[in-house]
Amino acid sequence: MNRVRTQGLAFWIGIVLALLLMLMPLPGAIQPLKPYWPALVLVYWSLESTDRVSVGLAFCTGLAADLLNGALLGDQALRLAVLVFIVLRFRSRLRFFPMWQQSLAVWLLLMNNHVLQALIRAFAGATPMPALSWLAPAVDAAIWPFVFLLLDDVNTRVRGKGAKAA
Amino acid sequence: MALPQKESTPIFSDATAGTLRLIAYLAMAAILMVLDHRDGWLHRVRYATAAAIVPIYKLAAAPADWIHDAATAFTQRRDLIDENRQLREALLLAEARLNRMNAVTHQNQRLKQLLDTRQMLGMHAQLARLIDVQLGPTRDHVMLNVGADEGVHVGQVMIDSHGVMGQVIETLPHASVAMLVIDPEHAVPVMVSRTGLRGIAHGTGDTDRLLVPNLPLSANLRVGDQLVTSGLGGRFPAGFPVGTVTALRHDASGMFMEAQVKPAAELDRSGEVLLLRDLPDPAGPPAPAPEVGPPASLAPGTPPKSRTTPASSAAPAGVAR
Repeated sequence: MNRVRTQGLAFWIGIVLALLLMLMPLPGAIQPLKPYWPALVLVYWSLESTDRVSVGLAFCTGLAADLLNGALLGDQALRLAVLVFIVLRFRSRLRFFPMWQQSLAVWLLLMNNHVLQALIRAFAGATPMPALSWLAPAVDAAIWPFVFLLLDDVNTRVRGKGAKAA
Repeated sequence: MALPQKESTPIFSDATAGTLRLIAYLAMAAILMVLDHRDGWLHRVRYATAAAIVPIYKLAAAPADWIHDAATAFTQRRDLIDENRQLREALLLAEARLNRMNAVTHQNQRLKQLLDTRQMLGMHAQLARLIDVQLGPTRDHVMLNVGADEGVHVGQVMIDSHGVMGQVIETLPHASVAMLVIDPEHAVPVMVSRTGLRGIAHGTGDTDRLLVPNLPLSANLRVGDQLVTSGLGGRFPAGFPVGTVTALRHDASGMFMEAQVKPAAELDRSGEVLLLRDLPDPAGPPAPAPEVGPPASLAPGTPPKSRTTPASSAAPAGVAR
């Protein structure tokens, strides 16, 4: 029980940190390249644990992100729901991919996400995204191994401590 | 005790149920987006939850502040001395200039008062700080640390010490969002201060570029001309610097000229900004003056008010109070 609870805590802290990182500014020129942190964290947890992440939770996370971002309510909710749905569908295969293939998968997932974003913005009549932002999924794929290792390390520690305490 | 029942009904296989659920969520998201796009739901929800949201913004902006503070703390002493000397010189120069300007301002004020009292906008300004967070995928909106509870309202003009920066587009209880002049959705009526030629400066999304399209080919305009707000439209008060013309070229149709303008305000710096208060009424025809009672000129002992003189009622709509 305790183990599950500490893991849950780690999960929620991860989500909140991802949302904060999303708001944090980067120096002007590399601003469009900012990784999409909430997506990375959700992908990790949906690969890691069977019942932690659902499409509904991704939807709610997206709503929170929209609320903070103030762009268009429902935009990120839709995109994250689609993303998590795809990951959960191919979960059993993605889990056992070698790291470089996982990175490639992350690139594809976020590219899909980016196309969706461009479509939604086009429908809403917003200005098109800067051209440089199409490189953002590549940045996501490049940092994916580090994000994975970091979250995995935290997860193992939390689990180990929880098991000892239980 | 009954056994815990399975959540999904056996009518659908697991995969179908998952897909149906996804479709339901997608429909929900689409409905939300349409509602938000039409009625601005997001703003209402954001306003209601502002008490929880604004601290999150401050938290997200904190690391950038720390880095800035640390950079200040570790600056070399020599640099500080140098900077101090430079600032002192600049201050002397500015003070001298200010003294001269003061006299001119007083004189100008008296003349204006004589000419047209309506031009006298009691211009109060409120100091605001930028909260350093990024809103949305482009950097054309900024967040300020004052909001509706401090008296900020939508439409207030934001300036820095160099020129017009933008205007407030959304207020929360203790924060507000302002659109910068470089936003592609932003336009400001401008005037060439040398010749009085009027135009409208649009944002381009680039930090250092505005565009003034549809200028006549015969317009008297040069690279280096200063643009100031013209005051037409009633949102921006007249006379604030907007930018400097950097390039002129023919537009795609060849019938008009367009000017590229470098914004006067330092848009890529964060820091303190001023929000102007007591703006003139928004654009629209002036309300007809109620004609009740005997004419004011017949009243004993009172000089005719400027409000009822024919000259003022025929004035352009934009600046009428």
